[in-house]
Amino acid sequence: MLKIENLHARVEGKDILKGLSLTVNPGEVHAIMGPNGAGKSTLGNVLSGRDGYEVTEGSVIFEGRDLLALEPEERAAAGVFLAFQYPVEIPGVNNTYFLRAALNAQRKQRGEPELDSMQFLKLVREKLKIMQISDELLHRAVNEGFSGGEKKRNEIFQMAVLEPKLAILDETDSGLDIDALKQVAQGVNALRSAERSFLMITHYQRLLDYVEPDFVHVLADGRIVESGDKTLALKLEEHGYAWLSEANA
Amino acid sequence: MSQSPASLPFIDGLRDAAGLRLPGSGLAWLDAARRENLEAFIAAGLPDTRTEAWKYTALRALGQRRFALGDAAAASHSIDTHALKLPGVDGPRLVFVNGVFRADLSRLETLPPGLTLQPLSQALESDPEPLRFALSRHYRETGDAFARLNAALAGDGTVLRVAAGARIAKPVHICFVGTAAQGDVAWHVRNVIELGEGAKLDLIEHHLSSAPHKHLGTLASDIVLQNGAQLQHVLLQNAGEDSSLIRRGSLHLGARSQAALHVLELGGALVRHDLHAELRGDEARLDTRGVFVLRGRQHIDTQLSIRHQALNTASESIWRGVADERSRGVFRGAIVVAEGADGADASLSNKNLLLSALAEIDTKPELEIYADEVKAAHGATVGQLDERALFYLRSRGLPQAEARALLTAAFCRAVFATLPNETLRDHFSDALLAHLP
Repeated sequence: MLKIENLHARVEGKDILKGLSLTVNPGEVHAIMGPNGAGKSTLGNVLSGRDGYEVTEGSVIFEGRDLLALEPEERAAAGVFLAFQYPVEIPGVNNTYFLRAALNAQRKQRGEPELDSMQFLKLVREKLKIMQISDELLHRAVNEGFSGGEKKRNEIFQMAVLEPKLAILDETDSGLDIDALKQVAQGVNALRSAERSFLMITHYQRLLDYVEPDFVHVLADGRIVESGDKTLALKLEEHGYAWLSEANA
Repeated sequence: MSQSPASLPFIDGLRDAAGLRLPGSGLAWLDAARRENLEAFIAAGLPDTRTEAWKYTALRALGQRRFALGDAAAASHSIDTHALKLPGVDGPRLVFVNGVFRADLSRLETLPPGLTLQPLSQALESDPEPLRFALSRHYRETGDAFARLNAALAGDGTVLRVAAGARIAKPVHICFVGTAAQGDVAWHVRNVIELGEGAKLDLIEHHLSSAPHKHLGTLASDIVLQNGAQLQHVLLQNAGEDSSLIRRGSLHLGARSQAALHVLELGGALVRHDLHAELRGDEARLDTRGVFVLRGRQHIDTQLSIRHQALNTASESIWRGVADERSRGVFRGAIVVAEGADGADASLSNKNLLLSALAEIDTKPELEIYADEVKAAHGATVGQLDERALFYLRSRGLPQAEARALLTAAFCRAVFATLPNETLRDHFSDALLAHLP
């Protein structure tokens, strides 16, 4: 599904990713862990097409297409979703209106018929039930005045409605208390399927207590330095990232 | 100070204006007022940018143009009446084409009790005396050039009166249609509107274009609200993209009267909108909301002047500006709380959005307070679309242009939120989105 090879990227003239390679197959959940400054968020931003990230070497193939050649909206329509570390507040834009516009824009790009408001409402009701969140969020402006937990849950809710093939969760666990973390994890687990893959970028192991990954990778200094199963995360939790630099020294 | 008037084609085009036969010609007081205003206009010419009120709007190019004194064929242009329609609006309608009243396009047959509505051209023939006060004015400020020109040459317009206590249910729709004529025409329209004590009126002023033209329209409105009257005034300005439109509104509010103005400015190449509002009676309230959305090389200059002159008056003004491509927007909002107008509550917010590096917006809020126990707030900003928000929308699948339009419409939304007519609110929103490049 996703094949990243020897990816190099720079931000503001500074090299951040320095030869990252990673393959994700359908249905797999990969956790990317690493210390601050390792390039975790840069990876998410490069994959979703944010301005200001310059890819200097390497390739990213998503479902047979050159992902890096696509505009952000084309990546979304192709099935890539980024759950933001800091979801943006957009005053004046109603959450429901925005989500329907986004879904229909994606469907249009894929040559699928757009949903009318009745069809969309039906879809939203189903997803609300799965996510166990109240419809009160829908009537507000996008993320405006949301608490940290509400913002993250709104990201997962958007993911549920947009049904991406690849979901990238950028530090979705950061800033959440344990109850909010459980709710977010429950949402993610509800969306796991044989066709949908996840890339969970996180600093801490605790999200992985609730969403069990198939693979854990350690990102340090712009490269994946260690890969393993979920026990790798536990080892990191116990010994800290310093253990890695010693092990690699 | 002004450009040397006589040599300007604009002024030269007025050579035969003194001999023009207009509705009401022959009334001694009107002839005198028209003549004196014309002479004053020709003597002073067009204001230049050294005149404070015209600092950001240069009239050099306009001064080089020559306009016909009127459109002789205005009564016979064919106009598509579908274009005049606004959703949910089906009450009385007055239509002017290139400044001339058109009975065939208007709807004046069955007026509700308490409403007097007729074109100025007819009122001047049948019953001119009540108009004497409004039409005899002289304008003395240098910046008042177009008020003089309008007073000198306006032969048509709207005369509207609502009797004391009458509450008019359906909005009165006044359309100004510009259409192609033989050459470029200058038309001048005068509206005299009065709401009696406790009267209530919804008024829609609608500017639109039927075929490409480069006319100049000037419009002067005197609106008086007697004690306790209520006015909802909606202005939808979608004039021809090459046209020039100069509007001047004067609004007097009596005790406990309330006026709400909602403005959407989309059209025109050169547009000037002056509003002089005076809160003359205790507890009068004025709400103004407005937005302009500019593209191409459009230039729109809005000048708001609100004077609080009585006890416990309130005014709230929320204006937004959006400028794309090479357009330029100007906003000046001046609030004066006069001596003795204690307990006034005045606020003014003007926020602007630049969508292009070549666009420009100048904004100047002003506040002068000479009274006690006054609550006043004002602020102005000029900014750009939030790049983070733009990326957020695109990452969810919205194409760039759609994401920009969505954010721009959201930026303008505060202006329409208070518009009571929901159908019209949606229409405003659609018209705004359609105008974005």
